[in-house]
Amino acid sequence: MFKLEKKDAILLLIVALMLIFAPFILNPFPENSGLAQFNAGYPDLMQRFVFFGIFAIGFNILFGLTGYLSFGHAIFLGVGSYAAIWVMKLLTMNILLAIIVAIIISGLAALVIGWISLRRSGIYFSIITLAFAMMSFALAYSVLTPITGGETGLQPKVTDPRILDSALLAGDTPKANLFGLDMTATYNWQVGDWVFTFNVGYYVAAILMFLCFYLSIRIFSSPFGMMLRAIKSNQQRMNYSGLNSKPYTLAAFVISGMYAGLAGGLMVAMDTQVGPERMFWTASGEVVVMTILGGAGTLVGPFLGAGLIKYMENIISKINVGVLHDWFYWLPDWLENFVVTIIYPFVGKGWNLTLGVIFMLVVIFIPGGLVEGIRRIINWFVKRKNISASREITDSDNMQQAGEIQQAGEEAASRGKNNG
Amino acid sequence: MEAIILQIMNGLDKGSAYALIALGLTLIFGTLGVVNFAHGALFMIGAFCAVTLNKILNLGYVTIDPTQTDFLGNPLKVKIPYVYNIFGENIGNIIIDWSVPLAILITIPIMVIIGVIMERGLIRHFYKRPHADQILVTFGLAIVLQEIIKYFYGANPIPTPAPEAFSGTFDFGKMIGLKAHSIIYPYWRMIYFIFAAVIITAIFVFLKFTTFGMVVRAGMVDRETVEILGINIDKRFTIMFGIAAAVAGLAGLMYAPIISPNYHMGMDFLVISFVVVVVGGMGSLPGAVLAGFLLGMLESFASMSVVLNILPGLNQIIVYLVAIIILLVRPRGLMGRKGVMED
Amino acid sequence: MAEAAKNIVLHIADVHKSFGGLHALADVDLAVEEGKTHAIIGPNGAGKSTLLNVIVGKLEPTRGKVVLDGELLTGKKPHEINQMGVARVFQTPEIFPELSVLDNVMISAFAKRDGAFKLNIMNSLESETDIQEKARKIIIDFGLDKQINEHSGALSRGHKRRLELAMCLIQEPRLLLLDEPTAGMSRHDTSTTIDLLKEIKSTGMTIVIIEHDMHVVFSVADKVSVLAGGRIIAEGSPEEIRASEKVKKAYLGEAQ
Repeated sequence: MFKLEKKDAILLLIVALMLIFAPFILNPFPENSGLAQFNAGYPDLMQRFVFFGIFAIGFNILFGLTGYLSFGHAIFLGVGSYAAIWVMKLLTMNILLAIIVAIIISGLAALVIGWISLRRSGIYFSIITLAFAMMSFALAYSVLTPITGGETGLQPKVTDPRILDSALLAGDTPKANLFGLDMTATYNWQVGDWVFTFNVGYYVAAILMFLCFYLSIRIFSSPFGMMLRAIKSNQQRMNYSGLNSKPYTLAAFVISGMYAGLAGGLMVAMDTQVGPERMFWTASGEVVVMTILGGAGTLVGPFLGAGLIKYMENIISKINVGVLHDWFYWLPDWLENFVVTIIYPFVGKGWNLTLGVIFMLVVIFIPGGLVEGIRRIINWFVKRKNISASREITDSDNMQQAGEIQQAGEEAASRGKNNG
Repeated sequence: MEAIILQIMNGLDKGSAYALIALGLTLIFGTLGVVNFAHGALFMIGAFCAVTLNKILNLGYVTIDPTQTDFLGNPLKVKIPYVYNIFGENIGNIIIDWSVPLAILITIPIMVIIGVIMERGLIRHFYKRPHADQILVTFGLAIVLQEIIKYFYGANPIPTPAPEAFSGTFDFGKMIGLKAHSIIYPYWRMIYFIFAAVIITAIFVFLKFTTFGMVVRAGMVDRETVEILGINIDKRFTIMFGIAAAVAGLAGLMYAPIISPNYHMGMDFLVISFVVVVVGGMGSLPGAVLAGFLLGMLESFASMSVVLNILPGLNQIIVYLVAIIILLVRPRGLMGRKGVMED
Repeated sequence: MAEAAKNIVLHIADVHKSFGGLHALADVDLAVEEGKTHAIIGPNGAGKSTLLNVIVGKLEPTRGKVVLDGELLTGKKPHEINQMGVARVFQTPEIFPELSVLDNVMISAFAKRDGAFKLNIMNSLESETDIQEKARKIIIDFGLDKQINEHSGALSRGHKRRLELAMCLIQEPRLLLLDEPTAGMSRHDTSTTIDLLKEIKSTGMTIVIIEHDMHVVFSVADKVSVLAGGRIIAEGSPEEIRASEKVKKAYLGEAQ
């Protein structure tokens, strides 16, 4: 399928199914139950999964493959957003053009910033990108106010020229659309106690995310992707093997910048507004955290990491003292209060603390992120199963057969390790 | 002339803070080879040591003072800090007034302990891991520390006054024989600069003239040889980490009256301090100090209204702009050694 | 000149290299003939590594030039020099430790086919059958077929050396540079490496080898140049060098 290896094709299919059925998967709890607050199947959040999924998948092409840790990728998210909003103000509310322009402009920005930053490697590179991030934020926040709208940001107004669109009626608001298809259009489907929401904007974004994921698979399994891994592994050998590592890293930087630009453009396509905080350096830090948490250098890791963080951000930050007491009402009072006191700093406004702790634990114990964690668990199960299987047979005095099974088990375990 | 001196002096306090943080970063980097993204958090914790002591000293109980009345004619409720009971009212007042400098006494041990725990408990396990992992784990730690402070102290800045005696300004212009009222400068900023200068000198003297310092410097250049000589360099490096943490803490503590501490001040200063370290030259202690003051002053010159009228917002980007330019034309920074952190 | 008739592959002409006041190389003239193995020996600090780094473009000579088949190498970058046909083996094998043996060799093969940079994302690695086959063949030739899918970082030192040689030779270089290929090897690994080098030599490859181990030098070299204090103090066949008093002195001088 699509010139992919079987393993990659299956992965792509799984992601496609997840994207299509997300409104069901993310809304497992009935609308009126107490657990409904854990539902994530509303358009706003689903869209954010996709935006940050794209952002992280792109970032992973740079960091996961080449090992260059950029602390400035939110710049391109912001540049993409500003480019898209200007298209919407000046040309048309059709998001297709806005997104295309967002990708091109952020690609150009990435070319310039990458060309400068990539003159250095290692920590220097990280710090230069961080300096660019701070500078870009300051530019957007104050210096370039005429272009960026400063602190308040920008949004399309009725009075904007929009030369490609027909004029709006007075009192009409400009709506983001794809050839007339309204991005905010939503259909609610009620099944018993469950409500499933289908949103046009989400599905448009999901299609783009699917394409992004496909491209990422292609890059990972291409000679180009192998060269990027070679950069991470040993640049000296690369140069003495006749390869120029500079254009490879720059290409990876620009591609990941374009992914970020697409994500930024999509954000604007869905909520038609932008502010400078989108390119604050913490936003760059966030995509780093997402990628690492999910598993840098793996295909699905960044997407998983982005989803997990955005889910936790939305759900955990909603939990307050009242909710906690509701959960632990069955405990004796003193214990209930104690448990609530312990948990409270980590929920609600303290969700960043939870994030920080989880992030540290992942970096310390499972540097490969969630994907490596899952792989380890699977391997552990496979091994255990084999050991117990071989033991049973040993008991029945059939030593030879046991040996064979054990061997087969070990092979399976090592295969699991190599494939995953 | 006066305007120039004024801008130089305006850059001193920030420059001092940058220099102190950058000095600590460089010490840690030079000794342990670790890029510590949590260093800004140490600066912030130092500032919150001042906040905490100030709060503790102001703790008290409410009593009714029969000798005074409020505007309704009722007896006035007054708050009596517990320190009054211990030291009497006069000395108690002085102690409260001087809470920021007094906090130095508690801050040094606290910061050294935090630093040693950080190094032994966490960072030690990352020496052999890639630099990216070191950045990531200390970045995670910075988030955690910052959020803990936010949980206990809230998100708003907490004003923490300098002692009454130093809260005003003085006429520096007149002092050095220029026109009166031409250079009005706050006392505390001057004190901060002097304080920073003393600490920086102390660190350099310590490294230059003590055996401990010489071993550490030798270890910075060639760790293996020092280890072959049978010297336990690990232990000394741990202590250096503690010292670097204390320097960051003191820098933050004394900065409390200038900025009103908030939970994200650490990150704000850290990012610039990194720029300072890179501009000064990774691994160079004098470079860190020099670049700290230079960038602090540059920032203050860029915020002159003359400049801002021509290039609005320049003060916010000048540091980064200069950093990027310096790295392009002089990749090793102002005083960097060759081959440090090249990959 | 007479030299031209013998078909010179590499010509180092009047090369000087100084670091500050220190002259690492002075008046170095060297001509490597096609199909011959030219050894450069000398005591520590004689400038052997500097000379090698000048050839591959890591260092630029202060004066003089390096020419490969009439084309100037001086001033070019390492990857350009490799693309012109110079492959280098390092003292400690430089490979891609995180990648498999097959990937390591394929990277080299891609560099030969696609040049210094190509944004090749339209093909998957599996669909590059030509490169795959070529790489597998050379891996088998070098006796690494059992380790073909292993992480190359996990190989033994001897195997890493073989892998590095395979990576160089898949590029069919005009000139192969070897920097102490047996340094740190056991006697057994050294002797298998000598056999390997002899085999490579028998294909007509032009080789420049820097070596400490005289046993290796006298086993494979056709011609030997002795470098001391940055100058070539003697040049000739292995037998001539073995007999030279001047060379003995230079080495004894080091020993004292």
